[in-house]
Amino acid sequence: MTTQRPSPERSAQSRRRFLKEMAGAAGGACLVTMGVGLVAREASARPATALRPPGALTEPDFLAACVRCGLCVRDCPFDTLRLSELGDNVATGTPYFDARAIPCEMCDDIPCVAACPTGALDHGLTDIGQARMGLAVLIDQETCLNFLGLRCDVCYRVCPVIDKAITLELVHNPRSDRHAMMLPTVHSDACTGCGKCEHACVLPEAAIKVLPHKLAQGKAAEHYRKGWEEKEQAGGSLIGEQTQLPMRGLEDRRHGDTRVAPDYKPSVPGSGLDSGWKP
Amino acid sequence: MEAVSATAESDRPARTARPAVERPGTEAIEVKGWMRAHKWLLLRRISQFSILVLFLLGPWFGVWITKGNLSSSLTLDMLPLTDPYLLLQSIAAGQPPYAEALLGAGIVTAFYLLVGGRIFCSWVCPMNIVTDLAAWLRRRLGLKGGKVPSAYTRYWLLAFTLVAAAATGSLAWEWVNPVSMLHRGLIFGFGLSWGIVLGVFLYDLLIASRGWCGHICPMGAFYGLLGTRSLLRVSASRRRACNDCMDCFAVCPEPQVIRPALKGAGQAHPVILDRDCTNCGRCIDVCSKDVFRLTTRIDRSES
Repeated sequence: MTTQRPSPERSAQSRRRFLKEMAGAAGGACLVTMGVGLVAREASARPATALRPPGALTEPDFLAACVRCGLCVRDCPFDTLRLSELGDNVATGTPYFDARAIPCEMCDDIPCVAACPTGALDHGLTDIGQARMGLAVLIDQETCLNFLGLRCDVCYRVCPVIDKAITLELVHNPRSDRHAMMLPTVHSDACTGCGKCEHACVLPEAAIKVLPHKLAQGKAAEHYRKGWEEKEQAGGSLIGEQTQLPMRGLEDRRHGDTRVAPDYKPSVPGSGLDSGWKP
Repeated sequence: MEAVSATAESDRPARTARPAVERPGTEAIEVKGWMRAHKWLLLRRISQFSILVLFLLGPWFGVWITKGNLSSSLTLDMLPLTDPYLLLQSIAAGQPPYAEALLGAGIVTAFYLLVGGRIFCSWVCPMNIVTDLAAWLRRRLGLKGGKVPSAYTRYWLLAFTLVAAAATGSLAWEWVNPVSMLHRGLIFGFGLSWGIVLGVFLYDLLIASRGWCGHICPMGAFYGLLGTRSLLRVSASRRRACNDCMDCFAVCPEPQVIRPALKGAGQAHPVILDRDCTNCGRCIDVCSKDVFRLTTRIDRSES
């Protein structure tokens, strides 16, 4: 059963057929790939509530390095991490967590990072305190109970980096005019973005939320200099000592006391319930 | 059944093409018995399902033998395995991987270099069960027609997925890859990705016979290239006993690989050396004359 040598016309014909087939295959494959590439670009946007595990590279690098194996998910002892499924709006198969559902417990040995075989989660991260999964932002001051003058403090209490990542800042309460408000205040130099604050917020919808840094933070221009920092560095004012003028209308106040309520009237000591006591 | 009739015609122009084989293997079952006529198929299904079970023992029963999925896994906390095709895309996207991933991909590459890349397709890949079902149903329902893309499409797609990875700086193909989606879905949860798997099933059933695995899947193309020189091969060593029943052509997922070996078209020896052969062994099963057997590429004997 030997094959006959094909005649010249037949081989030309089969060459033509072959070239046509190749062109069709290449064209089809090219179209498919372009479609996929476009989808990939389009779908690389991630909802702000989907946080990456600790040590994750920046999102574009992460999407190149993560092979979607789920080993980080498997080694997360608190079931915090999950692999996104098609329809979750997070690149399919990549790990993420929703802080409001289950926050990161900030394990000391960071098992998720240790499990990553590709380096999508940077093994250089050995101190979980240095993780930057996002940044907590007290996003709604209208509903936050502490901003209403109550002592909720839950976000502050649950913060694993308490008094560094979240502090309570004492501010005069202009509504009652006699109480303090203790405002939960996040500090970006210490917040890891673990999301325990968002998880613990007692409101039906959290007033404090962990956002990706890109959304949560502004960026100062490179050339900006802060006068007071420059002054401290130089050991004195760079433009000579300035004359300090008194502020009109506030001459009798303590230094720094600039409180003015909309209908602020100095009370008369001893009249009615108001004793005139001011903190 | 285009491939079948085409082959029959080119072999014997004088004879009319045989009707499409709707129940291949009937004769083999009569001659060899059901078990022997399904030996390789059963072994293959056992292999596919036990690999899946290894991954599922952890999440279902808390027995952690193998963690991860086919993209990358860790077995018994010591054996790392990584899909080399995926790692190649990652490198193309500009991310040099860690040693763990390189080691894992190296082990996988070495294995398939030896036993034949497309062993992955027929013995490991969960999509094979889906497309085999589609092919079986297509045969049983006697569905004909449709439009089959060129078998070269997969190689172009393989090249383009790497280009897309480089161009987008991300693992672009992983956004749609039905293979990894199916496996990940079974282990970690599907979401909507069952839709993509269903799409592949319907495509294979209604539009293109063996369309996905045999013509489009770039992963199969990659593993095929990997196994080009592999040791393990199927040989039609008793081809003299062939009675032209065409059953092997009917069940073979890559029917074009059989003819050179069985009919001596362009080669003298009976070993199937085509890299597209998946070493599934189904041809061995359905042959009532025991023409085929699994052997090495060096063994070119005939009996």
